[in-house]
Amino acid sequence: MDAAGAEPSPQESSPPTDDGAGRVVLDLRHAAKAFGAVRALIDGEIELRAGEVHALLGENGAGKSTLVKILAGVHQPDSGTLQVDGREVALHSPAAARAAGIAVIYQEPTLFPDLSVAENMFIGRQPLRSGRRIDARAMRSEAAGVFARLGVPLDPGRIARGLSIADQQVVEIGKALILDARVIVMDEPTAALSAAEVDRLFEVIRTLRGQGKAVLFISHRLEEIFAICQRVTVMRDGRHVVTREVRGLTADDLVRAMVGRDIEQRPGGQDVNPGETVLGVSRLTREGVFTDISLQVRAGEIVALSGLVGAGRSEVARAVFGIDRYDAGAVTVGGKPLRKASPTAAMAAGVGFVPEDRRQQGLVMDMSVQQNVALASLSRLRRSGFIRGGAERAMASDWAARLKIKYGRLTDPVSMLSGGNQQKVVLAKWLGRQPAVLIVDEPTRGIDIATKAEVHALLVQLARQGVGVLMISSELPEVLLISDRILVMREGRVTAEFDRASASEEEIMAAATGQGANGQAGAGQAAARKDAR
Amino acid sequence: MTAAATRLQPQTPSDTSARTLSERVFRVRETGIIVVLALFIAVTAGVQHRFLSESNIQFVLINTTIYALLALGETMVVVGRHVDLSVGSVLGMSAYLSADLFGSHRGIPIVVVFLVGLGIGLGWGVVNGLLVSVGRVPSLVVTLATLYIIRGVDILIVGGGMVTANTLPSAFTNIPKATILGIPYLAIGVAVVVAIGAYYMRTFRSGRDLYAIGSNPEAARLAGLPVGRRVFTAFAVSGAIAGVAGVLWAAQYGTVDSTAGTSYELTVITAVVVGGVAIFGGSGSVVGAALGALLLSTINTALYVLGISSFWDQAIAGFLLILAISVDRVIQVRLTLALRRKGARGA
Repeated sequence: MDAAGAEPSPQESSPPTDDGAGRVVLDLRHAAKAFGAVRALIDGEIELRAGEVHALLGENGAGKSTLVKILAGVHQPDSGTLQVDGREVALHSPAAARAAGIAVIYQEPTLFPDLSVAENMFIGRQPLRSGRRIDARAMRSEAAGVFARLGVPLDPGRIARGLSIADQQVVEIGKALILDARVIVMDEPTAALSAAEVDRLFEVIRTLRGQGKAVLFISHRLEEIFAICQRVTVMRDGRHVVTREVRGLTADDLVRAMVGRDIEQRPGGQDVNPGETVLGVSRLTREGVFTDISLQVRAGEIVALSGLVGAGRSEVARAVFGIDRYDAGAVTVGGKPLRKASPTAAMAAGVGFVPEDRRQQGLVMDMSVQQNVALASLSRLRRSGFIRGGAERAMASDWAARLKIKYGRLTDPVSMLSGGNQQKVVLAKWLGRQPAVLIVDEPTRGIDIATKAEVHALLVQLARQGVGVLMISSELPEVLLISDRILVMREGRVTAEFDRASASEEEIMAAATGQGANGQAGAGQAAARKDAR
Repeated sequence: MTAAATRLQPQTPSDTSARTLSERVFRVRETGIIVVLALFIAVTAGVQHRFLSESNIQFVLINTTIYALLALGETMVVVGRHVDLSVGSVLGMSAYLSADLFGSHRGIPIVVVFLVGLGIGLGWGVVNGLLVSVGRVPSLVVTLATLYIIRGVDILIVGGGMVTANTLPSAFTNIPKATILGIPYLAIGVAVVVAIGAYYMRTFRSGRDLYAIGSNPEAARLAGLPVGRRVFTAFAVSGAIAGVAGVLWAAQYGTVDSTAGTSYELTVITAVVVGGVAIFGGSGSVVGAALGALLLSTINTALYVLGISSFWDQAIAGFLLILAISVDRVIQVRLTLALRRKGARGA
């Protein structure tokens, strides 16, 4: 099981493009980090070579984030050694990590929305001219040069506000290049990207590799690892499990290494007997956002809304639930029209909504697990205006058990939970209301594989119990796995509808991108899917 | 999500237009104030020609100087996503203590008096800055507390007394009165200071750092910017400016008691926001804030000249505030919508 470290074959799969390619630039060994009683990292290990893209795999809670934050200088390890270019270093701060040549790009980059793209890249180290004044022209042209090198047409003069997440990541990568970082850590960069954006990111990563950078690439999507990485390190329960060449591995190998067991592929059976229409959306239009959206969700079925990020799927969901207004059309729940722009009315009619961004919209991060679970059911837990603590606790522990939420105490703030468990808390919050319709937006984003399977099983089970589920998902395997019908949106319109039997990844992708069947976008994923099956 | 709505795939053409669009919008922010200002002047002058008399223009300009100075310091603080509510109290204490020097130390050089005022302001600014950056107390609370504390100490010192104009040397009280080509030296001086402030905020790393901090404090920390030091400096500068403004206040009004500068902080923040500085930091300019101050004092004087009750002055200030915020909001919505449309077409 423990094939750690002893990995002799030095870089045979990738053609070295730089003089220093293959040289070890970063070597972290036996890193440990505990937060109070929680040992987040017990024996972390990572070795990065120049000119390689190295995958870091592991379930949530495996210690990846802690390891990344150690490399970023955010956390200081309790023990272990870190060598950069053969010299031992201690990273006491993010600034120290940058000085050591390590740049970290987070899943949701932290840019300054009011500053220009160029300023974002140079902040704190702008080129200066006489009198320590900022040389704005040099700054812009250097930034433009970096984008040219990356092959990405971004305007360095525009303000960062309104950039897509994909573009924000490119800005972060540009920042790393300006810093002349030799190690670039990407923490789940593809989680929020559409397939086309992922392709572009991969191009950029290949460019980085060609320049002899070492890239640490973290992703839950195995197909991406096969597409872009040369070596992979797997972690489990805070420990290094294995580091190997990607070539010759299968998805099953990786999954087994991550979870130590096989994961069942399809929860529940195929057969569904949908009942009455529980959610009806007809000709819903919001100017400039989505147009003429009609769909029905029947009791007992899972309807997926697929498409690229930005196609307007989340916006439709938000309008249906009453968060955003719409200009025309109607929404009915259980046959009755739903009042516009009122989440309260939607909730009263029996609609639940699990938003895309659970940290910002789904949870109150500072409140306890228990309070978050009870949040949507307060009226039931109330007696003469006061919330009964006992009832709240009983409800929360009941749902926590049913959804297998892993927590310390019910009174712990929900922010202490892992991403997957946080998502379960959001689900529990709505399930506590026994909704007739449940809208879930990217229900498994950033969740590890095992928890993902649990969430899938849970959604299928809910449908079995007669709930109508409308699921928005950018992950085609997930869409194909659990949905009964699939609607594809492109540029604010529904462009195709499939039922489970007739849907294929290629066709969905074609409808989502508007290209002929099997455009560039889905090809990589489709290839990797064969492995996964 | 707007981020999702504004994504632009084939970047080149749509990106540049988005940029010019947003740039235009931000420039409009300052031209907007100028338009309102021009309108106000035109209407008032149309009704009452006296409004454009030399003495009246001088009056407006002199009135503006103190607010424009305070707005400069306040802008630095607000751009960094903080607020300094203590400037009125600092001004009051500085005004009294500095003016009182002329009585207690006969023949004291005016420069020294200004330095004392600056020192008092700097001292309180340092207190605010330390509490906010080292003590990590929200600036709203810190400066609300120092607002009361400074005023309280001021009242203890002053008691029922006051400094009257006849104890002040004429060289001092003449400072606001000196003009060149009909324009007060003081107004020119303040304009120069504002210009330097604007240049500093635009072209020096420490100035840009403040914008970055206000735009996204967490990212600023991750980027290794000296967040605490920059915020501290902003408060220190704001305090020091309020101290100097206090000395000018004494020179202008001559009579100083313990109420000098009461509620100035509200006027100053109004000027800053009307001038287009985002109250949650990250954007806005020193020049805009100074124009905001000019607009407020123009309105104040215009109402007086037109013989309208000064009650309306406050109501109009409030209305302008709402107008400024609404304009911001409308622009933002329009911009998002425009980018979104572009995104939908270009994707």
